[in-house]
Order: sequence, then C-alpha cells, then structure tokens
Amino acid sequence: MSVALQIEPAAPGLAVELDWRDACAVADIPAGCGVAALLCGRQIALVRPGEAETVFALSNYDPFSEAFVIARGIVGDRAGRPKIASPIYKQSFDLETGRCLDDPSVRLPVYPVRVRDGRVEVGMRP
Amino acid sequence: MAQGRKRLLVVGNGMVGHRFVESLGSSGQGQDFEVTVLGEESRAAYDRVNLSKFFEGGDGETLALASPEKYARAGVRLVLGDPVASVDRQAKRIQTRAGLVLDYDQLVLATGSSPFVPPIEGRDAPGCFVYRTIEDLEAIGAAASSASANVGAVIGGGLLGLEAANALRNLGLETHVVEISPRLMPVQVDEMGSAILRRRIEALGVAVHVGTSAKRILTDDDGRAAGVQFTDGGELRASLVVFSAGIRPHDEIARACGLTLGPRGGIEVDARCRTSDPDIFAIGECASWDGRTYGLVAPGYQMAEVVVAALTGGAARQLGHFDMSTKLKLLGVDVASFGDAFGLEAGAHTLCLIDNVAGVYKQLVVSADKARLLGGILVGDASAYGQLVAMVQSKATLPMKVEGLIAPPSDGAPAGFGVDALPATATICSCNNVDKGTICQAIAGGAHAVGALKGCTKAGTSCGSCVPLLGDLLKAELKRAGVAVNHDLCEHFPCSRQDLYQLVRLHQIKTFDALVERHGRGRGCEICKPAVASILASAWNEPILARKHLPLQDTNDRFLANIQRDGTYSVIPRVAAGEITPDQLVEIGRIAKRYGLYTKITGAQRIDMLGARVEQLPHIWRELVDAGFESGHAYGKALRTVKSCVGDTWCRYGVQDSVGLAVRIENRYKGLRSPHKLKSAVSGCARECAEAQGKDFGIIATEKGWNLYLGGNGGMKPQHAQLFATDLDEETLVRTIDRFLMFYIRTADRLQRTATWLNNLEGGLAYLREVIVDDKLGIAAELEAEMAHIVGSYRCEWKDALEDPQKLARFRTFVNSPAPDPSVAFVPERGQPRPAHPHEKRELLDRLVGPERDDGREKSAA
Ligand code: SRM
Ligand SMILES: Cc1cc2nc3c(=O)[nH]c(=O)nc-3n(C[C@H](O)[C@H](O)[C@H](O)COP(=O)(O)OP(=O)(O)OC[C@H]3O[C@@H](n4cnc5c(N)ncnc54)[C@H](O)[C@@H]3O)c2cc1C
Ligand code: SF4
Ligand code: FES
Repeated sequence: MSVALQIEPAAPGLAVELDWRDACAVADIPAGCGVAALLCGRQIALVRPGEAETVFALSNYDPFSEAFVIARGIVGDRAGRPKIASPIYKQSFDLETGRCLDDPSVRLPVYPVRVRDGRVEVGMRP
Repeated sequence: MAQGRKRLLVVGNGMVGHRFVESLGSSGQGQDFEVTVLGEESRAAYDRVNLSKFFEGGDGETLALASPEKYARAGVRLVLGDPVASVDRQAKRIQTRAGLVLDYDQLVLATGSSPFVPPIEGRDAPGCFVYRTIEDLEAIGAAASSASANVGAVIGGGLLGLEAANALRNLGLETHVVEISPRLMPVQVDEMGSAILRRRIEALGVAVHVGTSAKRILTDDDGRAAGVQFTDGGELRASLVVFSAGIRPHDEIARACGLTLGPRGGIEVDARCRTSDPDIFAIGECASWDGRTYGLVAPGYQMAEVVVAALTGGAARQLGHFDMSTKLKLLGVDVASFGDAFGLEAGAHTLCLIDNVAGVYKQLVVSADKARLLGGILVGDASAYGQLVAMVQSKATLPMKVEGLIAPPSDGAPAGFGVDALPATATICSCNNVDKGTICQAIAGGAHAVGALKGCTKAGTSCGSCVPLLGDLLKAELKRAGVAVNHDLCEHFPCSRQDLYQLVRLHQIKTFDALVERHGRGRGCEICKPAVASILASAWNEPILARKHLPLQDTNDRFLANIQRDGTYSVIPRVAAGEITPDQLVEIGRIAKRYGLYTKITGAQRIDMLGARVEQLPHIWRELVDAGFESGHAYGKALRTVKSCVGDTWCRYGVQDSVGLAVRIENRYKGLRSPHKLKSAVSGCARECAEAQGKDFGIIATEKGWNLYLGGNGGMKPQHAQLFATDLDEETLVRTIDRFLMFYIRTADRLQRTATWLNNLEGGLAYLREVIVDDKLGIAAELEAEMAHIVGSYRCEWKDALEDPQKLARFRTFVNSPAPDPSVAFVPERGQPRPAHPHEKRELLDRLVGPERDDGREKSAA
C-alpha cells in the first residue's frame, strides 16, 4: 500500500519530475513517532502517526527555535487533523500541510512520500 | 491644530492624572480635546501604590502605567521632567520651569502630594530620604548597599512608615521605627490592636520606638547622617534615615495663582471637582473636598471620573462617600482597618476578639440595631478583609450573627461568610470602584479567570487586596451558573488527570491506546500523552521506553536527557544528597573532557554536562554507568534531588545524620513519576542549610528526631513549606512521606507542584493530616502498598536502555545516516564550549535550511 500526501505544486500548472529517494523502512519509524532523515543534504522529519503505513514528511527545521528537532516532537491530532508538536517551544504543525496551527504565518515545507515494499521514499524536487 | 478642539492641560502625571487621561480617552470624546500632560517626574505615570515592588524587580519598568509612546498613539502630548511653575488665570496660560508656555481652555491639576519632612536640624544631610518616587527608592537602595550602611531609621510609624521599614529590613539593615504618638498606625488602629501589631513587628526584628520623635538628625564629620536624637534625649545610631511622617498636598502653584485652598491645605473643590476657578479642576491627593484631602488612590480615581463626566457632558457625576479602608501590603503582618473602624457612629457597638497567643486582634463595629457592619480593625489575620469591606460598603443586613464574622476559622474553613451573601452593589475593588454586579456581569460575559476579570473590569489592578475576593467570587459564580469549571485534560479526554488516574487503577489499564479507546477520543497530543505516560508510570512503573509507551514521551523522557536550545542534550547523573567521592568527580571530569562537554554545578547539588548529541548519549552513559552512576531523572517529572547539608557527619551543630537520611530518601523515591517534579532536602539542625523549607517535602533534624515540612516551592512563586509533623522517628517519617507522595500523585492536577496542590486541597493541611496521619479515608495501607511497588520495581532507566539494543538503536540523529546534526555548532565561552546562537551561525543555518526557509516564514496574508 502506498500513500502520498497532496502538496501544492511548486508553481501552479507546472508538473515537476520528482526525484524519489529511499529514506528507511517503515518499521524504522516507531508507530506514533517521528524520525529524522538526511536526504540530499536536507533534514527531513518522517512522521508515522499510527500503526498504518501512512507516513508524512516535512522539514525537520523548527523556525521558532531554529533547531532541527521537529522529528523529536510528540505526534497527535488537533480536531482530527494529524499534527506534531515541536519539542522545544511546543508549537504544533499540521502534518499534511506543514502549517503551524499556533501561528498561521509559519509553515514548514512538506514533501511527497510514498511507501513501496515496506520502504519509505521521499520525493525531492531536483 | 484642529479647529474647535478645546485645549486641555493636565498638570501632574501621577496615578490619578494618568487615570484621568485614560478615562477621557475611553469616554469616546477624547478627540474633542487637544490634551497636553505636564509631569514633574522624569518618568511617565507608574504604580506608586506598589512602589515597594521596585526593590523586588530592580527597575521601574514593571511599575509603569503609562509611556510616552502610548500617549502619543492616543494623540496626547506628554512633557516630562519639567514642572509647571506658574499659572496665569487671566491669560489662561501656564509656564513651566524650563520656560515652556502653553495656553489652555481648561486646566486639570493632579499634582499629588509630597512627603512631609519635619523641620528639624540635619534633615537635609546626605543619608536622609523620603519614600515617594522611584528615584527615592533608587537612592535608598544605593545608600543601603554602601559598605558603611548598617542601621536604618524610619521616622513615622504609619502605614507608609511600616512599608518603608520593611523595605529597609529587606535591604539587610537593622531597622528602627520612630512614632510620635503612643502607638503604631494611630490613624487606623486602636490601642489594643496596636499593641499586638507592635509585638508582631518586633518579632520580625524591627525595633519600635513610640511616644517620641526625632529632634535632630545627627551627622558625622563629613556631614552625613549618622543617627537620630530623640525629643526625650535618647539617641540612635543610624546611617540611613527615611522620613515618612505624613504627606502635604502639592498646592503651591494653586496658592500662587489665588485659587481657594481647603482648611487643611489642598486645593478646594466642589462635588464635581471644580476649584474656585470654573475652568480649573483639581483631582487626587492635591484636592481638598469637604474640608480634607485624601491620601489614597481610590478617591483620586473617583475624582478623575467625575471630571471626565463634567468635561464630556456625561451623566452628571458627583463625588460620593470615599472608602478609606486600608490594608498593610507588606511586612508579613496582616493589618487592616476599614469603614468606621473606631465606632464613631452614634450607638455603634463594638465586638472584639483578642488572641494574645496567636497575636490576633479583631474588632468589628456594628450599627445600633446590630443589623449592619460599619467597620473594623484586623491585626494578625486579615483574611476576611475583602469580604468585610464589601459588607460594610453594601450596607446590607448582616447574613449571620456578627460573632460569626470574627470567630477564629476552624482549620481550613475560610473566615467570614460566602461571597454569595454580598449584594450586587457591594464594592469588591475599592481602588477602582468596581462592584460585585459588574464583576458578575464580566463573568457571565465569559471572563472565566482572575486575569481576564482584571483585564476587563480593572478590579484588582491597584493595591491587589481584593484579588482573593475576586477569586472567590469567580468560583462561586461559575458554580452557580453551572459552568463546570473545565477540568478536561485536553480535547482528547473529557476528564481531569485525577479521574484518569483513578480509571487507570480501577480498570488496570496499561496503555495509552486502551485508555483513549475507553475514555477518550482521537490520537492524543503533547498534553495528554505525557500526562498519561506519567500516570501509567506512577501506577505500574513499567520502563518508560517500552515500545508501547515510547510515543507518549516528551523528548526529554524519550532520550533520557534534557533538550537544550540547539537540540543537543544535557546529562545529569544522580548524586544522591550531593555526596560524591573524589573518584566519581574524576570520572565525571574525564567523561566530560572526552566528549567535549560543558560542565556546571547545578542549583541542586549535582553536576551537569551539557552539549551531548543524541548519538553520543548512549556512549556517555555507558561510561557513567560503568563508573557507578545512575540516571538522575533531571529530565523527568519525577523525584529530582534530596539536597542535604553535611549534618552531624561534620558540622559542629548537626544533631542528626542529615546526609545519611537524604541518601536513603533519595534512593527510596528515585525514579518516582509524579504530576510534576518533586524536590526534597534534609537539614541537620534548625539552621537549615539545606533549605528544606523550600522543598516539596523537607526534613529538619531535631534533638528527638525529624520535623517534616510539606508543600514548599522555589521557582516563580516561592512558598515556604508548612510544618506537618514533628519529632518523627525515621520509620514513621518514611511512612508519612510514602503516603503523602502517593496521595499527591492520586489527586493532583497535571503539572501541579505540591505547593499549589496543597493550596487548592479543600481543608488544607488539616485535611491532609486526617488522610495521611489519621487515615480517615482508610487508604493509608493502599498508598503504602502502591509506593512499595514503585520502590521495589525501580530500575535505572539508563542501565535498562543500555542493555536493550532495540532501545539503543533509537539514539541517533538520522534514521538513514550515522552523521551528527550538521547544524550544531559550539563557540568557546569562559574556557568552555557553548552552543552558538542562531545569529552566530546564520550562514550555516541558511545553507542547511535552504531556499525553503522563506517558505517556512511566509506571511499569512498570502
Ligand atoms: C557547608 C554548608 C552546608 C552544606 O553542607 O551544604 C553550610 C555550612 C554552615 N552553615 Fe550554612 N551552609 C551552607 C549553605 C547554606 C545555605 C544554602 C545556600 O546558601 O545555598 C543556607 C540557606 C540560605 C541562607 O543563607 O539563608 C545556609 C544558611 C545558614 C544559616 C542561617 C542563616 C540565616 O540567615 O538564618 C546559618 C546560621 C548562621 O548564620 O549562624 C548557617 C551557618 C552555617 C555554618 C557557618 C554553621 C557554623 O557556624 O558552623 C556552617 C559552616 C560550617 C563550616 O565549617 O564551614 N548557614 N547555609 C553550605 C555551604 C555552602 C557554600 O557554598 O559554602
Ligand atoms: C509607598 C506608597 C504606598 C502606597 N500604598 C497605597 C495603598 O496601598 N493604597 C492606596 O490607595 N494608596 C496608596 N498610596 C498612595 C497613592 O500612591 C496615592 O494616593 C496616589 O499615587 C495619588 O495619586 P496622585 O496622582 O494624586 O498623586 P501622585 O501619584 O503623587 O502624582 C502626582 C504627580 O504630579 C507631579 N507634580 C507635582 N507638582 C507638579 C507640577 N507643578 N508640575 C508638574 N507635575 C507636578 C508629581 O511629580 C507626581 O508625579 C501609597 C503611596 C506610597 C508612596
Ligand atoms: S544545618 Fe546545621 S548541621 Fe547542617 S550544616 Fe547547617 S549548621 Fe551544620
Ligand atoms: S482594592 Fe485595591 S486593587 Fe482592588
């Protein structure tokens, strides 16, 4: 099974060829947790909200503390929407959109993810 | 300049002048006036009532009420540091000392008053002060910190004099109060109350000299104040003298321009605060109404409102009766005086309660028909002050026999009667003239916290003495409205932490998923997950890093270390009771050096090693565990340290082995998860070097055993622990602490320290004693058994993790690479590394975050 999340295209109408990079096995991400991956020099938080193979990818950089820590936050939901809270000052970020739920002026970049044969792949824009 | 706008000059930017400007602004007609405020002080208006707090904060910022910026935004011109020197009423023009000339259509004088300094020899010597402005306090603070300062004398034993005395005492001076009348606070308190007050003040270490006054200030060879000579011939050596002998209204410019003055000074005004010149108003302490001036802020605020109404054509308001109730804010002694305190009304009865042992004096004055409370005096226990004042002002019929109002409270029960008994017209906040009805309306309108009430009604924002009453009222109203005060943990659990704890125990629930399935909804969040993790640990003590508990743990618990601002962690091994061997010190030093860590002694007698990256943690801990160290749980809501003094192991005064007991206690409760962190300390004698009274549970040695104190707290709102039991033998002590801790764990809110918990525990300390000493609920054995389970199942979390390859595998920065976090960078400071601040590694961060960074900070307008 594979789940990709929808992201807004980089520029409307412009189809981007994604460069799919292998990050880890789904099983490497404990259910209900996040882990960080280093891909193309980028730190990416891979978050797996539950036992399912659903995985979200967003930037691991927390703009509030300027530390790379998002993956170490607590995963949960707000009003049903999956989110992760930064471990430093506890702002929550929507896993699907990267939008900060406590300060709408802030948004973390999100990345497309797919799961193939138990491996998590992140779509990087070349 | 806009045509048709009236030129309004306000002279004085003190509390009342400021309130006037504020009120005019919010009247909706502020734009009809071109307002200029002229202030003598170099600062914009500040909270003079809380002036003494200057010594707590050390800068004037926290006291500020106004600022030039705020005024500018409201279109008000503010000229500071330049007093008005003269008023030309014919030309309707003022001139300042610096020569600024301004015309006015209307003039408001709000010049306040100045401290009265008796005309005695030496009163101007350096070392003599008054207590009125921030500058005065700055000067006093500087003088007190000079090496030669030792003794301070306050001339005047009234309300303000005692406040000043307290300040000197807190500045570390030996303090004396000199009062000319035969008793302290003669204006507010009668003889009997004053006698008790005096004893209480002397007990604080302040010397009291009554019935005498200063005849001369003695000076040294340099002309500096060196002492006080009394009229009765006696002398007192003192390097610092503060005059607090009453105030005199600032009516000089009014006098010079020919305005009528009151019989005892002050600018005479009518009931609408108009002076003898219809275009000039006077408000605050400089105004004289009904033949007298008023040295409190509440009458001044009322005057400000009256003038705003007069100027804006608002409902014709007149000065009414002023409430002169007062309460001493400081000194650790409750004193209050309110209404007709001395029983001057015809036929009034008085009722007294004198408790010489406890040092409590209460006098209530009731009307001839005993139906109404007229006033009273409270010394030693003024807890009922707010309610009683409100009762007097409402003029309502007493809800109960008057004796009930001053009967000593039975343990835990509040004194007096419920706020329900007050009518809607009862004034709750005298300073700001806010009645119960207004507050109830605000509560009904959604202000469901004291902070919110302060914001929308202004109640409680001046002297603060009505805040407890505000809290009571809020609770009562919410209860009446059936607004269950919402104790829900978060959106995922419609119940409190206490409820969850009970459910977990009752249904033997072992996982978050099971709990949320049966009693909650959703996936949880950063509030409920750690709370449930803590409950599960308190109840079952399973390893917190077990797979099923992992997602619940805050990052600190997940990595068994404390996260720092740059994402690195700190390592604090347990050093029970602060006792550490030279070998252990060497080991810590060696390990810190090897991993390039920054080291520091913590505020709790242990050693912190900072700057460890996630993937270093297991290596560091492997070495620490090999050297015999255990986790210090500095990362957990758990027992932290049991601090100790050397006790009879070394100290010549020690009466017990405080280190030995502290080690035992720390080892017994280490790892215990609780609603919040727990701290303890053991002192070897009453000198209390371990500061046990500042701890959640503190123990002090006595000749016969151990005294136990509960509910102490440092931090933001320090609170002393309360003496709970005395002369306990060690086994009884440990049993009592077992019960206390488990009962706290059962019943506290999330993140509620024992101090707050105890403050909120209905019935207070007495109830706690009934539960854990008398076993009134029959749960003592259960509590002990629960603790025995925790103690018996303790495992060092780090040792545990090091033995489990699966757990160890999680200690890495990247799931797909052994690389460290490239954003971590250190810079040297004082010979050690510390994390670079973002601005010091801007380039690095920019490169690592890449172009998406801008995305992350996009504006919401997009
Ligand atoms: C060594 C130490 C206990 C320990 O093992 O931790 C200690 C030891 C003594 N303290 Fe202390 N105090 C120690 C920290 C404290 C603390 C805690 C603190 O400062 O962090 C306090 C509470 C804070 C405070 O100052 O009030 C403290 C409050 C006292 C007091 C009570 C002072 C008071 O104002 O009430 C005394 C009694 C006194 O002044 O006579 C006292 C007196 C003493 C004396 C001088 C008693 C004596 O006359 O022998 C002890 C000195 C023994 C010696 O030979 O040096 N010690 N003492 C602590 C030394 C800390 C240091 O850095 O040197
Ligand atoms: C330590 C202390 C504790 C207190 N505690 C309490 C309390 O608990 N409860 C309570 O109700 N009251 C208390 N008060 C009294 C309260 O502070 C005053 O009642 C209140 O500040 C009066 O306000 P005001 O504006 O009339 O005078 P002030 O606040 O004194 O303001 C007058 C201002 O006018 C300025 N001024 C004077 N002459 C001129 C001039 N010619 N030109 C320009 N400016 C001029 C002065 O410099 C001053 O800044 C306390 C006072 C002190 C000092
Ligand atoms: S508390 Fe007593 S025994 Fe302990 S160090 Fe202080 S003076 Fe000595
Ligand atoms: S009574 Fe002073 S602030 Fe309310």
